[in-house]
Amino acid sequence: MHTVYPDEKGRFGQFGGRYVPETLMFALEELEEAFQKAMEDNTFQEQLNKELTLYSGRPTPLTFAENTTKRFGGAKIYLKREDLNHTGAHKINNAIGQVLLAKRMNKTKVVAETGAGQHGVAVATACARYGLSCKVFMGQEDIARQSLNVFRMKLLGAEVVSVTSGSKTLKDATNEAIRYWAGAVQDTFYCIGSVVGPHPYPRIVRDFQRIIGLETKEQFNEYEGGAPETVIACVGGGSNAMGMFHPFLEDEEVELIGVEAGGLGLETGKHAASITTGSIGVLHGSMTFLNQDESGQILEPYSISAGLDYPGVGPEHSHLAATKRVTYKTITDAEALEALKILSEEEGILPAIESAHALAQAFEEAVNQPEHTSIVVCLSGRGDKDVSTIMNLLEEDGSYE
Amino acid sequence: MNNRFQTLKNAPKPMFIPFIMAGDPSPEDTIETALLLQEEGADVLELGIPYSDPLADGPVIQEAAKRAKGMTIGKAMILVGEMRKRGLDIPVLIFTYINPFLKLGEDRFFQLAKENDVDGLLIPDLPFEESHSLRGRCRAEEISFISLVAPTTSRERLFRIAEEAQGFLYCVSSLGVTGERSDFHPETKRLLQEAKSYTTIPVALGFGISTRQQFVDVGELCDGVIIGSSLIKKAHEIRIDPTLEFGSSFKAYVSSLVNGEQHVNS
Repeated sequence: MHTVYPDEKGRFGQFGGRYVPETLMFALEELEEAFQKAMEDNTFQEQLNKELTLYSGRPTPLTFAENTTKRFGGAKIYLKREDLNHTGAHKINNAIGQVLLAKRMNKTKVVAETGAGQHGVAVATACARYGLSCKVFMGQEDIARQSLNVFRMKLLGAEVVSVTSGSKTLKDATNEAIRYWAGAVQDTFYCIGSVVGPHPYPRIVRDFQRIIGLETKEQFNEYEGGAPETVIACVGGGSNAMGMFHPFLEDEEVELIGVEAGGLGLETGKHAASITTGSIGVLHGSMTFLNQDESGQILEPYSISAGLDYPGVGPEHSHLAATKRVTYKTITDAEALEALKILSEEEGILPAIESAHALAQAFEEAVNQPEHTSIVVCLSGRGDKDVSTIMNLLEEDGSYE
Repeated sequence: MNNRFQTLKNAPKPMFIPFIMAGDPSPEDTIETALLLQEEGADVLELGIPYSDPLADGPVIQEAAKRAKGMTIGKAMILVGEMRKRGLDIPVLIFTYINPFLKLGEDRFFQLAKENDVDGLLIPDLPFEESHSLRGRCRAEEISFISLVAPTTSRERLFRIAEEAQGFLYCVSSLGVTGERSDFHPETKRLLQEAKSYTTIPVALGFGISTRQQFVDVGELCDGVIIGSSLIKKAHEIRIDPTLEFGSSFKAYVSSLVNGEQHVNS
């Protein structure tokens, strides 16, 4: 059974667990208990659902990409529109859930890490709405390439802390957020942004993101009847993918594909494909597939997408890869950009570069599948935040003069 | 247990437990520093292994790890063997994060520990719940597995950890990461008192101790004092100052911290 995980030790098969300094153990135990109680409490569930509906704008539509489908001439392509969520990505599902949980636990301060800034914006948004103070750690490198989101966080009243250690990206922002949390653990809630980290975080984030897959199942059944043949989502840490896949895990006939960032190509070593090329290790509190060297030092990841630029992956994805329930593939920067252009031109939807990785894979799959089949792609976020990155790249090749 | 940690029971109080980073700034410097620390009365040497993502460490130790680039857990253990040949006979404790340890492999670790007279192992991101089998193996191999407790550790948990503790029990004085501090967590005194009542092995305090007064104050409350960041910072400052001779200056600093003696550099 694929859905019964994690076990009581926070394990997904051999993956997951809880590898943190002793200082944080009590906080994780406290969080586990609070989460369990909240999920069993109808009042909390009602409050969460109300916020997701009336504040975030759920359910998000499942859009048939008619023009794109015609262009590739194979399977029907459907898009689960997480880009239409408040703040523009799936991240808000989890941020609202965790910040409501923080409030329920009487914590007054929230700390978070962010890569592309979407999680940071989502947490800052939720903190503003529910009246908690918010501090967001972000790598100096990411601050430079995601200035729009940095500004948004500040407008929302959050403090953005620039992280200058290591590669100055998401991995290091996560280290600093955990270090800060260790010192402030008694009144501060750590709102983690993906299905990574020590138990119970991978489970908490997954459960708050399951709404994506649950809605997709229902909507697809309404439009087409039954279940789609293939479901595809991009994987950095892997929260949108985990939320999308989880409700489908027991439907063995549904093919699930996770797409990692192939960067400049696997052969160049400049990528963020930890399942495809990594080995088992421990990062940020859990055992999972990682990109590391022979002495166990974590290798710097690379991706055009700040949101996928992470050297590890959520432990449940590692488990799903090891048990072969989900297939993981890679898409390069160039392929993702091409998919981004196609979707913009064909459907009038500018996807986030993260989501464009999933799209590129979907286009590849679609051509090889018969017309009566369907592929659902999780469009995890919109591309507004990436406009300056895209502009710089496309201007270089002269496409948009 | 039949390793050098057994000698700690008779050590003078408070024990002085310095932490240094293997390879900072070179393997040869690490040997020199270790021997100087022994001369100044160190009771245990805690040898850190550089790691790319040291969650429990503050900026001073992170910087030391960067200076020690290229050092690995395997090379550091062989370095201990070299220290032994040069006269180091106090217990040596390897301080490493779980990921480099897993990559080295348990069997290789114990083989190297035996070959190089390593006495203990401390993994700050391997909590009690995750360390059961490794603790058992350490016991069987006569390597002391050092456990940590923090001001946030509940009484019930403290009891369980203390009951299983080997070598000495490492109490963390503050929340957060390693580094110098002026104040300790208000729960520290309670933590030390309870820890001492639950175990017969020495109880030591670490994280944030940097002055003579702190050393004395802490020494009255427990059996040993762990000092890392301030030693590493001072050693680095002395090394980059061309007017100072490392050996005498570093010894003078350590002596003033541990013995309260004021050395005059001529």
